[in-house]
Amino acid sequence: MRAFTYQRVRSPEEAAKAAAATPNARFIAGGTNLLDLMKLEIETPAHLIDVNGIGMDRIEASGDGGLRVGALVRNTDLASDPRVRRDYAVLSRALLAGATGQLRNKATTAGNLLQRTRCPYFYDTNQPCNKRAPGSGCSAIGGFNRHHAIVGTSDACIATHPSDMAVAMRVLDANVETVKPDGSRRVIPIADFHRLPGDTPHIEHVLAPGELITAVTLPKPVGGRQFYQKVRDRASYAFALVSVAAIVQRDGSGRVALGGVAHKPWRMPNAEQQLARGGKSVTDQLLANARVTEDSAFKVPLVQRTLDGLLLEARRT
Amino acid sequence: MDDHLNDAAPGRDIDTARRELLIAGALTATAAALPGAAGAQTPGATAPQAGSPNAATPAPVLSKVALRVNGQRYEKEVDTRTTLLDLLREHLRLTGTKKGCDQGQCGACTVIADGRRINSCLSLALMHEGSEILTIEGLGTPDKLHPLQAAFVKHDGYQCGYCTPGQICSAAAMLDEVKRGIPSHVTADLNARPLLSPMEMRERMSGNICRCGAYSNIMDAIAEVAGANPAGSQA
Repeated sequence: MRAFTYQRVRSPEEAAKAAAATPNARFIAGGTNLLDLMKLEIETPAHLIDVNGIGMDRIEASGDGGLRVGALVRNTDLASDPRVRRDYAVLSRALLAGATGQLRNKATTAGNLLQRTRCPYFYDTNQPCNKRAPGSGCSAIGGFNRHHAIVGTSDACIATHPSDMAVAMRVLDANVETVKPDGSRRVIPIADFHRLPGDTPHIEHVLAPGELITAVTLPKPVGGRQFYQKVRDRASYAFALVSVAAIVQRDGSGRVALGGVAHKPWRMPNAEQQLARGGKSVTDQLLANARVTEDSAFKVPLVQRTLDGLLLEARRT
Repeated sequence: MDDHLNDAAPGRDIDTARRELLIAGALTATAAALPGAAGAQTPGATAPQAGSPNAATPAPVLSKVALRVNGQRYEKEVDTRTTLLDLLREHLRLTGTKKGCDQGQCGACTVIADGRRINSCLSLALMHEGSEILTIEGLGTPDKLHPLQAAFVKHDGYQCGYCTPGQICSAAAMLDEVKRGIPSHVTADLNARPLLSPMEMRERMSGNICRCGAYSNIMDAIAEVAGANPAGSQA
């Protein structure tokens, strides 16, 4: 790990200001992803700003009947909150499907959104990777890519976003609240928060330098049957091959977002309009422009069957 | 590099001294094999690292941290890079907590920080200013074993024993999580109290790997303390 200077701050505003004022600074909250990457020198910040202990750690009712989740709320606490369990079950389920008890106790809401890919070539510093070393090439294209993205990919990168939580946030139409170094605030719809790789896969979200996430808001509950089905190689503690977040209403309408298939949570409103016609119609639209390899082709039928299974369960209960 | 040699506690025994000698030997071997990497451990080193794309290696930065471990207060000055795990093992001489993968995958480093189990390898010591840490040494002693420690002995819940402190700290906090009603991936009804079933306990312990494969005995030990019937479906 590279040496770094370390700073505690008293407020989100001070944190954002400090980040902009210090070259190569990073915020640290739970640290479960950043420290791992720092040990491998994939992340080499010169300065860490510890944002723990400055508030942003509560789940509160928001003005419009929804919930405002502080950036520092731990994954365990968000998954366990009675309001989330009752009204946003897809979010509880997604959180509980990720990582382990130990990691969920540390990992934060904002940090989870900012997780970096688990592409093995991103982690292997001996291999070219456009995300880790822009312009060096992509080892996953033409390499071992069973775990990789099949939609929204580019010739520069086929990495997936690893978060389960973000997929549930996407299906719930969450909003990301931030503060900038100049003290101004903005709200970013989750749909616009993560970027597709294009030819700049090292830029993964739309945050400006020094901009700090302060909260994620969940709109008023939409009801319906809520599911998060994660398909993985082990029964526990593994990243998704594919995952399906779904909210199905009594009349058969609903919402669907996918994990494990793209550089960001994958959702298309026009695909959801096909829900009443079954999983195949929805999948045909969601994954219409899929670019699969021999290794990753299985993901298309896996999404369809997973979705069909959820729709069946929704009708049964 | 030799910070932990200088702050040796008085009255340390011959075993501890032998262990330090082994550590020193290992570091010397590393230094011989990897001059660049060893340079990074030398205070004040700023020399360019051979083969590194970045010309200069930043100098280590020291910072103070005060926390309580197993009820005792400690204040140390450490390199900012020091993880909680390394603080416990290398600075406080609490070597019960083990370093397995050092990347949050194996759970051998599990400790209980402010009442919650965490991977001490993925947390900076400095982030635990004012924290109360409970390690395996604080959970029980050879004279007064924690019920989980006694159950692991009774059920032979280990072979090599390396994962055991992490398993036991994790299990103690896990049982508390169930008691507090925290749901898991296998909890059927999110709005009901979770059960202490074998399926629940297996899922909740998935962050602790045992490479010897003593899982069935580990489960028996935990189930006994939990008051659950390992063959049944609920407590």
